[in-house]
Amino acid sequence: MEFFKIKHDIPFMKYGRITTAISLATFVLAVLALIFRGLNLGIDFTGGMLMEVSYSQPAQLETVRATLEAQNIPEIAVQSFGTSRDVLIRIPIKGENVNGAKLSEQVFSSLKAQDATAELRRVEFVGPQVGRELYESGGLALLLVIGGIMLYLALRFAWRFAVAAIIANMHDIVIILGVFAFFQWEFTLSVLAGVLAILGYSVNESVVVFDRVRENFRKMRRAGVAEVIDNAITATMSRTIITHSMTQLMVLAMFFFGGEALHNFALALTIGIIFGIYSSVLVACPVAMQLGVSRADLLAPERDASLDDRP
Amino acid sequence: MRNTFPLWKNLLILSVFVLAVIYALPNVFGEDPSVQLSPLRTARLDQSTLTQVDQLLTGAGLKSRALELTDKRLLIRFSDTDTQLRASDLIKTRLGNNYTVALNLAPATPTWLRTLGAQPMYLGLDLRGGVHFLMQVDRVATLRQAEERYVEDLRTLLRESKIRYVSVDRENQAIQVKFQDDDALKQAFDVIHREVKGMEWDTAGNSLTGRISEVERRALLKQAVEQNTITLRNRVNELGVAEPVIQQQGEDRIVVQLPGVQDTARAKEILGATATLEFRLVDSEHSAQAASEGKTPLGSRLYNDRTGRPLLLQRKIIVTGDQIVNASSGLEQQSGSAAVFITLNGVGARKMADTTKENIGKAMAVVYIENKPETREVNGQKVVTSKKVEEVINVATIRDRFSKRFQITGLDSTEEARNLALLLRAGALAAPVEIVEERTVGPSLGKENIDSGVQSNQYGFLIIAVFMVIYYRVFGLFSILGLGVNVLLLVAILSLIQATLTLPGLAGIALTVGMAIDANVLINERIREELRLGLPPQSAIHAGYDRAFATILDSNVTNLVAGVALFLLGSGPVRGFALVLCIGILTSMFSAVMVSRALVNLTYGRQRKLAKIAV
Repeated sequence: MEFFKIKHDIPFMKYGRITTAISLATFVLAVLALIFRGLNLGIDFTGGMLMEVSYSQPAQLETVRATLEAQNIPEIAVQSFGTSRDVLIRIPIKGENVNGAKLSEQVFSSLKAQDATAELRRVEFVGPQVGRELYESGGLALLLVIGGIMLYLALRFAWRFAVAAIIANMHDIVIILGVFAFFQWEFTLSVLAGVLAILGYSVNESVVVFDRVRENFRKMRRAGVAEVIDNAITATMSRTIITHSMTQLMVLAMFFFGGEALHNFALALTIGIIFGIYSSVLVACPVAMQLGVSRADLLAPERDASLDDRP
Repeated sequence: MRNTFPLWKNLLILSVFVLAVIYALPNVFGEDPSVQLSPLRTARLDQSTLTQVDQLLTGAGLKSRALELTDKRLLIRFSDTDTQLRASDLIKTRLGNNYTVALNLAPATPTWLRTLGAQPMYLGLDLRGGVHFLMQVDRVATLRQAEERYVEDLRTLLRESKIRYVSVDRENQAIQVKFQDDDALKQAFDVIHREVKGMEWDTAGNSLTGRISEVERRALLKQAVEQNTITLRNRVNELGVAEPVIQQQGEDRIVVQLPGVQDTARAKEILGATATLEFRLVDSEHSAQAASEGKTPLGSRLYNDRTGRPLLLQRKIIVTGDQIVNASSGLEQQSGSAAVFITLNGVGARKMADTTKENIGKAMAVVYIENKPETREVNGQKVVTSKKVEEVINVATIRDRFSKRFQITGLDSTEEARNLALLLRAGALAAPVEIVEERTVGPSLGKENIDSGVQSNQYGFLIIAVFMVIYYRVFGLFSILGLGVNVLLLVAILSLIQATLTLPGLAGIALTVGMAIDANVLINERIREELRLGLPPQSAIHAGYDRAFATILDSNVTNLVAGVALFLLGSGPVRGFALVLCIGILTSMFSAVMVSRALVNLTYGRQRKLAKIAV
């Protein structure tokens, strides 16, 4: 079986302006979402408390709220979580000297007193200082991954390719963050892990295409730059789509069977995969062309021939 | 052209596969409900304990599946949780004084596997349920306590050296000693320099300003963290947790992980207990035996030592724990026997000196007192009361008049000396700790997390398998077999290195599988392409694997960059995810390239005239 029996190269570069315009628009929207809505950071980064309580009957959110308000616990948010029997309670922690351990005990014992079937499923308490540290190390991890990938690309390709791939991938990150900001999905530590993992993963898409471009520059002596790139994208398209569909299938399995805990993680991966393909092919290549790649660029990192013999 | 691997390569692949099967195997056997006994402090754990427990269980008609004795614990396996709970209660009432009795789910790994060192993966708290606390030692309070001790010491020192001073006070993280004149200051400066360690002094006018030196600050903090770690470890022992983790993290933090603990309230209570010490004289004039029968003389109190023997101590306290500045274990210079060295503060030293001077030749006892908050239900209302547990941890004969520093000798072993020093330090006023992070996962959620993590792996794998076989036929099948070996290898390595598997880790396995298939897609696509270009099948296979390899290597580098960065900077569960990702990338290289190739070679490689391949 074969899905992609393409006889002629698809003129991707002809639509270069359109594809870059689309992604520029998405990018701008993402930036706007980040500026005006901001990321809905989880307690991992902000500090705070989160409790998941399960009841034997569908939970009465109002009763839960009233019970907690009677305890003078300020600014609680109560919502159902997953099923109607599960309740998620969020309590912001303000000030440095809140005893989180005591607070969680207080909250749960008052809920238990109100309804004996209440079962504590999960407590997450992150002190403000720990939250700040996680935030910082998260940001640092992001920078480290970006830096590492940039370094790799710079070593691997001539600068025009490297810059194009970096732009494509930065644009991916901003879009994932932007989508999370727009829908106000909770951005937790595991979502960040997903974003970083997918970043490393989608970069190699650009690597595969650019490798093919390099190979084509050698083989197709008479073709123009646009034709060379079109041929490279068309030739690798089958692999690109099959590979990413496989990964996406796995991510979908996580999304549907992985429960609430993996929900946002799978979401981040999905956005990363979709935009990863799009940008590394339809953004990186036009950008590289705009930057004026030519045969001469191949001369920069001279490598042995075997390295260029790739799909 | 033929595609064959040399024999050694096939053997290598086969042996890696066999090893992977062996080390991944323990994960399928599940767990036995069991009870675990570990000795408390000086209690012995040996064959006789085993016999004792065995007889106890047989006597009560409780059937155990196996009793296993290692040097640190006795594990009793049962077939069902009901027997486990009954046995636990029974053992607790009989042996609870000397042993920590904990419920445990022991891996039901067969003995032959265990002798090979094979163990199931170590599940994180989010998968098995339990409590994770991150505690932070209060730096400010630690230093404040130290400064207060210094103030006390300085006053005593100046008084004893007969140097007149106006005042000794603490002021913005410094200690200021004011004198009336320059002479006194000069005298004091010399004495202080000689006697007081760990401070840096400045003079200004008629006053001396001292700050705790940076080295000393760090030492104090280190000590505070150690002290708290010890105290926590002692307390956790009482909780009866099977595999607790208590470790220092960073400069001033302690991680406490209690797998399987369901009653978090009780856990917090016990961790929050405070301990103190008292030095008292032993009442040698009256009989402890008589006192234990109800005739306690006036001015004395009845205690029990660790073995449960009654001991009569004088009511008058010589010194309390907060007057202890330091306690360390070591060897006594003259006899070379194990000893504990104790340093008291000024007030304590004076009291100790006065008492010991008059009581040479008599015995002195150290009492360890713990105040544990306890929640009880009174008329349906929860009431927190404090429960005091007192225990004599050491009795020693006074040989001489004690001063600020003295030693306790006559201890059985260096081990005992170390324990005593730890308890003394733990009983001294410990720096306050604060819980800065808590993650509790209930047992039902833990179970659900495992199920959903495993399920998403299974379904994901299944869909990919179906697709690959339909799309690439025989080569798809080989790819999937390779992918299966990849998962097997990953599980085997994770079991072997006993890395903590968390829910993100399970997601990491899924993601690795989803990404690893890329290598096979690359290879299969390349083979198809070579075939289209008119290459004969054998050459196409050869070229396909050969040329795709460089790309596979390439694409894994970027993944590895992300994995390593995450591992370096991630915390807890994210770290688990990163580790799985990194290992998975390495195993996928092996399985995608070597394993699937070996299968292809074995099927097609030997046929001289291969006309068609199913790709």
